[in-house]
Amino acid sequence: MRRIRKTGKQETFIRIVLFICVPAFLIFFSGSLRAAPVFIGSKKFTESYVLGEIAKRSLIDAGISVEHRQGMGGTIILWEALRSGQIDVYPEYTGTITQEILKRTDQLNFEQIASELGKVGIGVTEPLGFNNTYALVMSRSRAEKLGLRTVSDLRNHPELKFGLTHEFLDRQDGWRPLAQDYQLNPRSVIGIDHALGYAALTNGSIDVKDAYSTDAKISENDLVVLEDDHHFFPQYKAVLLFRYALPAPTITVLRKLEGTIDEAKMVRLNAEAERTKNYTRAAGLYFEPATTSTRLRQGYGAASNATSTTWTAGENFSHKLARWTLRHLELAGSSLLLSVLVGIPLGIWASRGGATGHVILGFAGVVQTIPSLALLALLVPLPFFGISVRTAIAALFLYGLLPIVRNTATGLQDIPRALRESAVALGLSSTARLWQIHLPMASRSILGGIKTSAVINVGTATLAALIGAGGLGEPILSGLNLNDHATILQGAIPAAVLALLVQSLFDLLDRVLIPKGLRL
Amino acid sequence: MSALVQLVGVSKTFGDAAAVHAVDLSVERGKTTVLIGPSGCGKSTLLRLIIGLLGPDSGEIQFDGTQLRPDKIDIVRHRAGYVIQEGGLFPHLTARGNILLMARHLHRPENEMRARLSELRALTRFPENLLDRYPLELSGGQRQRVSLMRALMLSPELLLLDEPLGALDPLVRAALQKDLKEIFARLRQTALLVTHDLAEAAYLGDEIVLMNEGRIVQQGSLSDLRDKPTSNFVSEFINAQRSLAVL
Repeated sequence: MRRIRKTGKQETFIRIVLFICVPAFLIFFSGSLRAAPVFIGSKKFTESYVLGEIAKRSLIDAGISVEHRQGMGGTIILWEALRSGQIDVYPEYTGTITQEILKRTDQLNFEQIASELGKVGIGVTEPLGFNNTYALVMSRSRAEKLGLRTVSDLRNHPELKFGLTHEFLDRQDGWRPLAQDYQLNPRSVIGIDHALGYAALTNGSIDVKDAYSTDAKISENDLVVLEDDHHFFPQYKAVLLFRYALPAPTITVLRKLEGTIDEAKMVRLNAEAERTKNYTRAAGLYFEPATTSTRLRQGYGAASNATSTTWTAGENFSHKLARWTLRHLELAGSSLLLSVLVGIPLGIWASRGGATGHVILGFAGVVQTIPSLALLALLVPLPFFGISVRTAIAALFLYGLLPIVRNTATGLQDIPRALRESAVALGLSSTARLWQIHLPMASRSILGGIKTSAVINVGTATLAALIGAGGLGEPILSGLNLNDHATILQGAIPAAVLALLVQSLFDLLDRVLIPKGLRL
Repeated sequence: MSALVQLVGVSKTFGDAAAVHAVDLSVERGKTTVLIGPSGCGKSTLLRLIIGLLGPDSGEIQFDGTQLRPDKIDIVRHRAGYVIQEGGLFPHLTARGNILLMARHLHRPENEMRARLSELRALTRFPENLLDRYPLELSGGQRQRVSLMRALMLSPELLLLDEPLGALDPLVRAALQKDLKEIFARLRQTALLVTHDLAEAAYLGDEIVLMNEGRIVQQGSLSDLRDKPTSNFVSEFINAQRSLAVL
């Protein structure tokens, strides 16, 4: 009887391990099993999201399977993802291509840009129509009253108060050379926060400010853009970058977007996106009034289910929350599993002391000191990783390692010498000593380490959204970009609740897994 | 009768201090040999050398005529039982789990184990209902009885006891001394016991081995040590404990 109970216990342990292992590996590999759709990437700001959605919808309407990875990061992350084939398409700006991607200090014309990109197998559409560059804006009423239309017109009104962002004041292509070029000499120039600047314009405490030419705030606050009649600002014309490897029909669909969005339209789409927080719906405005919205939405919803990611027009909040939470658990869970599988053996090894032990604990400690953002940034350029769920899991795995390794090592080292020697003197094999004596006696400490890792992982997994891996960080990031607290809380509150749940789950697990004799 | 364990010229050094120096010792079959001496005299070290927790720097240890070697040490461990002062019971296992640990590891038949366990329970006067308790739920004396059962489970030829009663209060200690003596006699057990208590040594030991500073100073019965001391140290040690000795 006794013996049966004993083996039963071991089986339970094995079953728990399998229970965690199998789904994790399924999740891990399921990504590679799916039929490959066209992957669209976007940067983490509203306009990029909307352009990505417009491209997505165009492809879907043409019957092409597509997936949009929203807000993956900044220029370099998107460019590397495109180069390495993790994404196939993303919206970019000509000025950014010249300066950040091709690293040129001179201005290139469009043909030069296209030929430089062609050398690395990347194609570029003709400009989509609008130029999203720096601009000087004024309230419409004030500009009309004074009869101002161009930047040159400002020369005759030195009494106008300028409120400029600190970045614009400092930039090489910012305020100083602009003022020199246009020979502006206003009496008052102050530095002011971008968001506050709009409020200052509205209440009249400043008259002119800098902005991006397609900023949604331009229409929201009824502002006008003063024409850059000297062509001082570099061109930031929106284009789509794509891989030459894409099938010709796909490229043809993307090229149909060329020259179809002017500044006014983009401002309207951005305003809609920021107002509704629904990028799909904002992108839908682009297609109106060519189609009736109901028919399209149905078709869109069906196609979207087939690719199973990102926003759908009709997706309600609980649905989204479930999707974020599942992905979040997937990220935290599979990384935790890896941390356990690697951390416990390392901890056992480290507990034996000596140089190896110090190296293991030292390594795990050093990883922990790297800021999580920096760790993600370090992993992204590596061949196997890039912009993917894999990278997020790898980073979380490394983070979760130290608590488990350290607690395993100390838990084992804290076993009294008399008990270790008793196990040896009994004649138990070293394997039996480890499994039947040492690990059970260190179980409290080991589980404590796993609990710490789990809570850290659930928190840190919010950063995964930075590299497009999704999870509850997605709404937090969108909220930060849109300066919208409600959206931030949609991610932050569930993440906090999740951390608490994980904590209590492990408290329960303690009762099951720590032998009763140690809990007396 | 040949000796079960034979030490020839065994030395062991920790750092620069000699813990055991050129010790020759025979543990005779069926007898209780007691190692006694002041703290740090090397008596526990001798036990740890025999069970292979330590290896000798020089000299030879023979078990049943074969020399101990590190790769064959488990064979000796399965033929010897080892009881230490605090019992050395594993806190995550019940009394039963501790006692049966090694038999289960060796896949002994279930009915054989059950029979042996009830035999040992009777021998050590341990109540059956306490078998499913964890060490922390047992008293010090009960723990030592469990530890003794664990050591005797595989019917070892040799029983090593390192101050097994050292941490117990006098009444419990006296009861256990009496039981130990009976058990040794019933089983004709070859035992090597370490103590620093002369009365205990005299009560339990067929042969008393007095050690000091890593060497054996005198060996024999209590009366040998009392009446024919080989050195001043022997007389001093005997006299220091006389008031306690129940003779």
